[in-house]
Amino acid sequence: MSTYWKANQRRLAPWLFLAPGLLMFAVYVIIPIFQSMWISFYDWDGLGEATWVGTANYAEMSSDPNMVTSFKNNIIWLALYLLAVPAGLFIAIFLNQTVTGIRLYKSLFFFPFVISQVVVGLIFSWFYAPGFGLFYKVIEFFTGTGVAILADPDLVTYGIIAAGLWPQIAYVMILYLTGLNNVSPDQVEAARLDGAKGWRMLWYVILPQLRPATFIAVVVTVIGALRSFDLVSIMTAGGPFGSSRVLSYYMYETALSEYGYRMGYGAAIAVVLFAIMMVFISGFIWKMWRDETER
Amino acid sequence: MFPRPIQQRSQAAQWIYSIALPLALILWLFPLLGVAVTSVRPASDLAQGNYFGIPSYLAFENYADVFRNTPMLQYIRNSFIVTIPTVIGAVALSLMTGFALAVYRFKANLLIFFMFVAGNFVPFQILMVPVRDMTLNLGLYNTYAGLALFHIAFQTGFCTLFMRNFIKALPFELIEAARVEGVAEWRIFWFIVLPLMRPAIAALSVLIFTFIWNDFFWATVLTTSPDAQPITAGLSSLNGQWVAAWNLVSAGSILAALPPVAMFFLMQKHFIAGLTLGAVK
Repeated sequence: MSTYWKANQRRLAPWLFLAPGLLMFAVYVIIPIFQSMWISFYDWDGLGEATWVGTANYAEMSSDPNMVTSFKNNIIWLALYLLAVPAGLFIAIFLNQTVTGIRLYKSLFFFPFVISQVVVGLIFSWFYAPGFGLFYKVIEFFTGTGVAILADPDLVTYGIIAAGLWPQIAYVMILYLTGLNNVSPDQVEAARLDGAKGWRMLWYVILPQLRPATFIAVVVTVIGALRSFDLVSIMTAGGPFGSSRVLSYYMYETALSEYGYRMGYGAAIAVVLFAIMMVFISGFIWKMWRDETER
Repeated sequence: MFPRPIQQRSQAAQWIYSIALPLALILWLFPLLGVAVTSVRPASDLAQGNYFGIPSYLAFENYADVFRNTPMLQYIRNSFIVTIPTVIGAVALSLMTGFALAVYRFKANLLIFFMFVAGNFVPFQILMVPVRDMTLNLGLYNTYAGLALFHIAFQTGFCTLFMRNFIKALPFELIEAARVEGVAEWRIFWFIVLPLMRPAIAALSVLIFTFIWNDFFWATVLTTSPDAQPITAGLSSLNGQWVAAWNLVSAGSILAALPPVAMFFLMQKHFIAGLTLGAVK
C-alpha cells in the first residue's frame, strides 16, 4: 500500500484534493441541471406522482402570454442593464484623481453594491412611492401630475431596472477604477505628446488597455440582467397584472407560489432561461479557454 | 494617468471639481440618505406629511420597535449562522480544488475547471426544483444546514476560479524544490502553499460573506419561518406586514445593510482585490 502510494502519489493527489469540492458541486449544481431538464417533461405538483407529458410543457409555453411578457422584459433588462458599463466607466474616470479624501469618495460610490438587493428594492420603492416619494414629487413638480411608476404596466419594468442599475454601475465602476489604475502611464504620456486628448485618447489609447475590465464588466452585467429576481420580487412581485415579470420570476411563480405548484412547467421555463444564458456562458468560457491554452 | 490630473488644469477646473465631487456623491447616495433619515423619523412626522423635512426629533424608537415587535434579532442571528459556516466551507473546499487544478497536470484539468466556472453562472432557477426537493428529502428544509450546504456547494464554483488563478500566479519553483526534496504532496499543500494564501483567503471571505448575507432567492426557496429565515427573507415578509410604515421599513433596511457595509469598510482592500480579480492582466 505504502509503496503503491509513493509511486502514484502525484497521480492520485489531485483527485483526492478535488473530491470533496467536486462532490458537493456535482450534487448541488451539475446533477440538478439535468434533473430539471428531466422534470420539464413531467406534470408534477412536487409531492404526488409525476406524470410524463412529453413536450406538452414546452408546447404550452409557446402560447403562454405570460411567457411573452417575461421574455420581452428580459430583453429590455439585458439591453438597458448594459448601460451600466459606459456609466460605470464614466464615474470611474470622474473619480480617477488624486485629491484629498478621494479614497473615501470611491468607497462611498461603491456603497450600493455592498447592500442587499432586497434593501435596494425597498429604498427605490420608497423613492417611487405614489403621493410622497421623491421621484413622484419631482415629476409632479415639473409636469403637474405625478407618476406612480410601480403601478404603471408600461413603466414598471424601467423603474425596476433603474433600481438595478444603481448597484450594477457601482460594480462596473470599481472594475474600471482598478483597470485605470493599471493603464500604462508611458503610453498615455506618449499619446499626449502626439496630441491625443479627450475622446480620441479614451477610444484609441485607454479603452484598448481596459479590455480585460470591459470583458468582466460585460460578463457580470449580462449575467446580472438575466438573473434579476430579487428586485422584481421585492418591488412589485411581478405586478401590476404580471407586467413586470421576467423569466426567473415567472419560473418561481409557477413552481412555488399560490398560483399552484407546477414543478414541471416551472422546470421547463428554467430550461429556456438556462438555454439563453448558456449562449452567453459558452461565449465567456470559449474566450477564457483561448486565453488559457494560449499561455 | 488618465484623465489628466486635475492639479495640472486651470484653477477654475479645480474649483469646479472640488464642488462637483461632493455634489455627485450626495446625488448618488440620495436614495440611501433618504432611507437613513426616514429610519429615525417619528411616525407622527409621516402622518403629518413631513416626509423630507428635518425630523421633529431623532426617533431611535423606530429601531427599538423593530427589535421589540418583530423577530429581527432572530433573523440577524440566522443570517450569521448560515453565512459564517458557508464562508469557512466554501473557502476550505476551494483551497483544495484550486490547489489541485493549479498545480497538477492531468487530462480532465481544464474541463473540470471550466465546469466550476460555468456552473457558477447558471440561473438559480434551473437548480431550484431539484435542490428544494433534495433538501426536503434530507429533512433539511427550513434549517440552517439546508441553506448553508447549498451555498457552500454553489460558492465553491466561484471560489475555485479565484483560488486556482491565485495559486497559478505563485512561483512554481517552490513546489518543484519541495518535490525534489521528497516532501509529500499534502505537506506541500499545507506547509508551502497554504501560508501564501492568506490574502486570497481574506479577499474571498469578505466577498462570500457579502454574497451570502445578501442572498434572497435561496432564502425564500429553502426557508419559510423565522426559525431559520435569514434577514433578507425576513425583511421581505416584514415589508408585507408594515404596509406603508416607512419609518420601520427603513430601520429594518438599515439593520439588514449594516453587517456587509461594516465588513466592506473594515476589509476594503481585500474586498476590492477579490472583486476585481481578472480586471487587470
